[in-house]
Amino acid sequence: MTRYLMKRILMLIPLMVGITLITFSVVHLAPGEPVEMQMAMNPKVGKEARERLRKFYGLDKPLAEQYVTWVGKLARLDLGRSFSSDNRPVRDKIAERLPITLALNIIALVMEFGLAIPIGILAATHRDTWLDKGITVFVFVGFAVPTFWLALLLMYLFGVKLNWLPISGLHTLGSDSYGLLRYVGDMAKHLCMPIMVASFGSLAGLSRYMRSSMLNVIGQDYITTARAKGLSERVVIYKHALRNALLPLITQAGLAIPGLIGGSVIFETIYAIPGMGQLFYQAVMARDYPVVMGIVIIGALLTLIGNLVADVCYALADPRIREGRGVQ
Amino acid sequence: MIGQYSYFRAVFWPRLARNRFAVAGAIVVLLMLAVALLAPLIVHFGPNEINARAVLDPPSLRHWFGTDDLGRDVFSRIVYGARISLLVGFVAAGIAVLIGTVLGLVAGFYGGWIDNILMRVVDIMFCFPTFFLILAVITFLRPSIWYIMIVIGLTGWMGVARLVRAETLSIREMDYIMAARCIGCSDRRIIFRHILPNAVSPALVAATLGIAGAILTESALSFLGIGVQPPTPSWGNILTSGKDYIEFAWWLSLFPGLAILITVLAYNLLGEGVRDALDPRIKR
Repeated sequence: MTRYLMKRILMLIPLMVGITLITFSVVHLAPGEPVEMQMAMNPKVGKEARERLRKFYGLDKPLAEQYVTWVGKLARLDLGRSFSSDNRPVRDKIAERLPITLALNIIALVMEFGLAIPIGILAATHRDTWLDKGITVFVFVGFAVPTFWLALLLMYLFGVKLNWLPISGLHTLGSDSYGLLRYVGDMAKHLCMPIMVASFGSLAGLSRYMRSSMLNVIGQDYITTARAKGLSERVVIYKHALRNALLPLITQAGLAIPGLIGGSVIFETIYAIPGMGQLFYQAVMARDYPVVMGIVIIGALLTLIGNLVADVCYALADPRIREGRGVQ
Repeated sequence: MIGQYSYFRAVFWPRLARNRFAVAGAIVVLLMLAVALLAPLIVHFGPNEINARAVLDPPSLRHWFGTDDLGRDVFSRIVYGARISLLVGFVAAGIAVLIGTVLGLVAGFYGGWIDNILMRVVDIMFCFPTFFLILAVITFLRPSIWYIMIVIGLTGWMGVARLVRAETLSIREMDYIMAARCIGCSDRRIIFRHILPNAVSPALVAATLGIAGAILTESALSFLGIGVQPPTPSWGNILTSGKDYIEFAWWLSLFPGLAILITVLAYNLLGEGVRDALDPRIKR
């Protein structure tokens, strides 16, 4: 296991280098310099001031040198300062936004699996019945629903028509004076719709994956053996098949992360949740490039970490993987 | 090539035609294309025709899908929006499939360090939340429909590359490739004349599903105000005003969303149908 872990961590190094290279090229190969963006807001800035600013950001140096400096700073978690008027370090800006986005996405991920697994099992055990077909239709529609549209519909239904749930923000105004229980309840109410939207995103794909994983396991010889020796269908499915069918889903959790993080831009913007996605959107609109690059890097690193955790969990659960024998 | 042709006629088409979902998808796809092409013949109002006396009118016989905050006919805007959405879908998916197919063929055919490097690039690209990457690039560009297509294409090729590579790896070992090598075919000829036609099916499926994905991405970008810019109508940017008037005008939110849903669903059903029809392991 230690060897597997070491190998897996060493593999991260080239990926991290690649991530920094791509992020760096996106900024520096795109037409127009970052400084131009800052200048565009203020046409009065003269040529000299422009040169001074370029020097300040090190843009007058050769690209390779700039890259090395930038990566060096990155290693010390120095993401530069925001271009916006508060001029705060990007690291702090992201750090205060990250927890809410992470919490939201983790809850969404748990919800997603909690729903997708039973749906997948139902579809697989009732293969080719109306139930299975109904689930297939749901899955296809789920694939095609734009998340932001779903967010709007929910807003209309629960926020406007039924008036059950608040439609924006994290707290009700003045909720600071609430007692703890009421405060948490208020926040939970605010988070209902965002979490619904976030978890719906990959629910369809995940339940379809669960279905095929389950069907794959049910078709194997040991399941036939279990049935042949007279075990009840319930024991066969839930004790023998389920555990193996769940394994490949661990990888899917890792793969779902970039989608969730990317999707947070949409639901955080719509529901006015002060998370990283909203910060990213605001930074994009304000062309605040240090914040944009910082969040892109953080997003990619989160994905990397998520995949690592998923792979390690898989290896812990399945000895065939950690001993390098492969599945089947 | 004659063998290919009869395969399509004898196996592929009948299989596809028997799949009711795929046929329904194909019909909607064709219908949407017709709507986009014949847009001026279908609508009674111009998509940008402002009418101060019909602001936020609910659906009626005159305005089937109601009107928006400037009194523009929502039905006309959706019909014209189909042009934008489909254009973005086709071009973006085309770019993604082109890049993915070429890189997949090269990686699978040459193997070794070329394969290794290309597949690591795929791994790295998969690490980025695609939506972040698209937004980041657009930060540095003026929002324009052409940039959007290119950026969506450039961030969507990795899946195709993996599929085509896998296909190429198995084709490469076949006897007829050895035969082609023996008679002195160049690498380029082997790749494009002998391997490509047999590796094209995953690319075809990816293209169909890619169109659906690109339409979704474009609509999300336009919804956020970073995509297609008003007054040019796109399904996404009609929904932006839908959000602003959600309390008074449900039709502004409902119909453009349905248009996206139906179109994306149709391409997905068609793509899955094509995949099943091409899959020799599924016998029906």
